[in-house]
Amino acid sequence: MSGHSDNLPVADDGNPGLPEHTWRPTDVDPKAEKRAERQVAALFGLSAVCAVLFVVAYFSLQVGDNHDTVLGLGASNVALGSALGGALLFIGIGIIQWARKLMADHEISELRHPAASSDEDRAATVAALQAGLEESGIGRRPLVRNSMLGAIGLLGAPVVVLLRDLGPTNAQVADAATGQGLEHTVWKQGVRIVRDVVGTPIRPSDIEIGDLFNAEPATIFETDEDGEPLIEGVPLQVAKSKGAVVLIRMDPADNTPGRGRKNWSVDGILCYSKICTHVGCPISLNERKTHHLLCPCHQSTFDLADAGRVIFGPAARALPQLPIAVDSEGYLVAQSDFTEPVGPSYWERDY
Amino acid sequence: MAIDTSKVATSNSSAATPAKPGRAGAVATWADERLGLAGMAKKNLRKVFPDHWSFMLGEIALWSFVVLLLSGVFLTLWFTPSMSEIHYEGSYDQMRGIAMSEAMASTLGISFDVRGGLLMRQMHHWAAMLFIASMMIHLLRVFFTGAHRKPRELNWVIGSLLLLLGTLEGFTGYSLPDDLLSGTGVRAADGFMKSIPVVGSYMSFFLFGGEFPGDSIIPRLYIIHVLLIPGLLLALIAAHMLLLVYHKHTQWPGPGRTEENVVGFPMLPVYAAKAGGFFFIVFGVTALMGGLMQINPIWLYGPYDPSKVTAGSQPDWYMGWPDGALRIMPGWETHLFGNFTIAWNVFLPIIVLPGLMFTILMLLPFLEAWITGDKREHHLLQRPRNAPTRTALMVALMTFYGLLWMAGGNDIIAIKLNSSINTITYMLRFLVFVGPIIAFVITRRWCISLQRHDNEKLLHGYETGIIMRSPEGGYSEKHLPINPSAAYVLSARERDEVYTVEQETDENGIPAPASRAKALRAKLSTLWFADNVQAPTAAEIEAAHHHADHEHELQAALDGHAADGHQFDGHHSVEGDPLRGSDQH
Ligand code: HEM
Ligand code: FES
Repeated sequence: MSGHSDNLPVADDGNPGLPEHTWRPTDVDPKAEKRAERQVAALFGLSAVCAVLFVVAYFSLQVGDNHDTVLGLGASNVALGSALGGALLFIGIGIIQWARKLMADHEISELRHPAASSDEDRAATVAALQAGLEESGIGRRPLVRNSMLGAIGLLGAPVVVLLRDLGPTNAQVADAATGQGLEHTVWKQGVRIVRDVVGTPIRPSDIEIGDLFNAEPATIFETDEDGEPLIEGVPLQVAKSKGAVVLIRMDPADNTPGRGRKNWSVDGILCYSKICTHVGCPISLNERKTHHLLCPCHQSTFDLADAGRVIFGPAARALPQLPIAVDSEGYLVAQSDFTEPVGPSYWERDY
Repeated sequence: MAIDTSKVATSNSSAATPAKPGRAGAVATWADERLGLAGMAKKNLRKVFPDHWSFMLGEIALWSFVVLLLSGVFLTLWFTPSMSEIHYEGSYDQMRGIAMSEAMASTLGISFDVRGGLLMRQMHHWAAMLFIASMMIHLLRVFFTGAHRKPRELNWVIGSLLLLLGTLEGFTGYSLPDDLLSGTGVRAADGFMKSIPVVGSYMSFFLFGGEFPGDSIIPRLYIIHVLLIPGLLLALIAAHMLLLVYHKHTQWPGPGRTEENVVGFPMLPVYAAKAGGFFFIVFGVTALMGGLMQINPIWLYGPYDPSKVTAGSQPDWYMGWPDGALRIMPGWETHLFGNFTIAWNVFLPIIVLPGLMFTILMLLPFLEAWITGDKREHHLLQRPRNAPTRTALMVALMTFYGLLWMAGGNDIIAIKLNSSINTITYMLRFLVFVGPIIAFVITRRWCISLQRHDNEKLLHGYETGIIMRSPEGGYSEKHLPINPSAAYVLSARERDEVYTVEQETDENGIPAPASRAKALRAKLSTLWFADNVQAPTAAEIEAAHHHADHEHELQAALDGHAADGHQFDGHHSVEGDPLRGSDQH
């Protein structure tokens, strides 16, 4: 053992050195060696069998709607997975067995070197670097150096502006008429509140006390004279993502309307945004008895009998309420758009 | 190395016979004349790799990444990253005719109309879980054994970046199918972004190409998922491996293993065979998982609809801890000057906290090196108990992580424990602060008592379980010295060196006041090592053994038996060798 260095363990002087190499049965017993050899070859053979099985399964088993026939999974999936798994595992196990039983197993030792380069190398590098810098004259010509740095720095500007058209800003899309932008939805005066999925309008008498309806603005179901939808594609998705509401009916005596919201309800029927004010999950879980609405994402709970106030969970703001009325045909309609943005908070939100 | 090869079968003979230049030799010569590979290969073909089961964790991460590349490329052949709306017309009955994005429809296509497609999808998802889980456990192994110390700090930083990028890659991946669950996740991500002060809504509008959900997010996530992040991962993994080769692997201390050498198997053949074989095993296990265990059955969730949500929405497990932080955060929001809003309830737990945790993670090696003032290179690993404060620090971080992860399932826990979600949430709010402190203290004391136990074994031997009665009637347990190689492993550890401020003097010989930073550092260093038990010195061991030998001799003389007593330690046959004293009573 080389001399003492303070980087060595204290007991280094007593280092007994590498233990002596011991022979494995396969090293000294030709029979054991032959057995190991056959074992390894058999493993590779099994792998080959699995590979063939994979091909057979690929062509003989159908995929399609019979996807839960075996173990809740398709027969093809189970067969292909098991065959591929076997083909790979047997190769892996075979190779490792070979390494453990038959390859030479004496440990060898190698010296380490410090990660740092030698002092001469460092000195030479510094000298070369200095010579290079000296010859470039970068130190002597500050005008050249600084103008170059300035020019390269300014190249950042094209890079940044190039990304500007990734998308329009909120201010650019904002449009109360079409309900675009974070401050607006497609709700406006007279828009009917319709059942989601089917789109049929709702009369107050359709809703019993304690009921909760998932509803949408009729706008998203409207069609032109040819039966083509008026909004589709992205505008439809945007409209849905902000316009979804819930209707709830409670005994009017249970409700404490918010300030200035006395006439926002119809016979104890209230309408709230379905979009959680936390980070925007659609809310769906209603506790019938308590008029509480629970968000499935992070469990914010809102009291619908108390202007949508947050009573538990991480949300900070009450659920926005939609003022509603009944139109001339007796169907529920909105009095106006929401009076505040729906969904999660953002910096520019000014109330 | 002189090995008697005479009795050795052909398998273990390393006597090299000069190869006859054959066909392969000709190819090698051709290549070397153009590439000059022999110079590099000469050093590396027989490079030494130490062996220990825990060194396999990083390998699992590496190989699962390869599986991800292979299965991912397969998926790209059929996956359509488009949000255009179409009506599904594939094999899956229950969804036929339903409007959905092309992304969702093509994922259903991969699952039901491409043979082996579902297998590849499931393998891809399982491999993603394996990739991230093995990186995490590998990280813990590195830290607990002190492998992050000089000169390997930069590899720690690279590893941390890999974990971060892997997590992002996973998130972009499971957002791609555009099913109800992933769409809910993307919408939450939109809410997270919007909470960022000043730029939040701009980031959201730029990422989504306008207002949420738009039709750009899936194509954009796609290119991030299949090109941008995999490219970065590949580059970082390459750097990680190069540094590993340059530094050479750490090793456990043991007979013949020192700070100056590295002992193990040569790259060719044993290490290459074991590592290569292990690749097939990881690949094979993922194939079995993909074949037999269902994951992310998007057909049960249905296509994304911004007005719907599945009950019990939960992200993939590795996103669970920030989700938990989000859940237990109180609903704080500030209105500035009546014009602006800061949503602390979202911004703090989901933007600031992960950023902070990640920064702490990356800085850990530098923090430790600064406190301990240790500037030496370290190639021998430490047992976790021998660095009690470090171990306790990581356990505290793990506790924090674990509690937040639990909070991510607070609804499930509430149902399981039949308790109210409010109670669980309030308890967790308290526990995330107190839990890590308790974990720290317990771990530290535990480590120190283990150190003490090690020293006992070194100085007084191990407990044989044999109770002896002295002539005076007192009872004691017989201790026997442990074998020299085990003793060496126990004693082969550095003594802790507390950083102290050197007394600096100015030119007049008056002591300069130590700078505040240095004083703080000295104090922290003292606390860092406080109460640690140091390995006994050679002299102490010598003295203890001498004392024990002396006792044995005295006893041997008393009862006329061999004093050694090793025969009763359970490692030897004791036939016909009755327990001492049994024949006398
Ligand atoms: C560290 C690397 C990667 C991780 C963690 C990862 C993770 C994921 C995950 C979790 C999914 C969702 C699978 C599902 O539907 O259940 C996914 C989908 C996908 N990944 Fe990856 N992936 C990685 C690398 C790659 C690479 C390198 C490619 C291609 C070059 C790729 C291509 C795809 C494609 C096309 C999909 C969508 C198909 C589908 O969902 O069925 N991935 N990825
Ligand atoms: S989105 Fe509703 S609680 Fe988080």
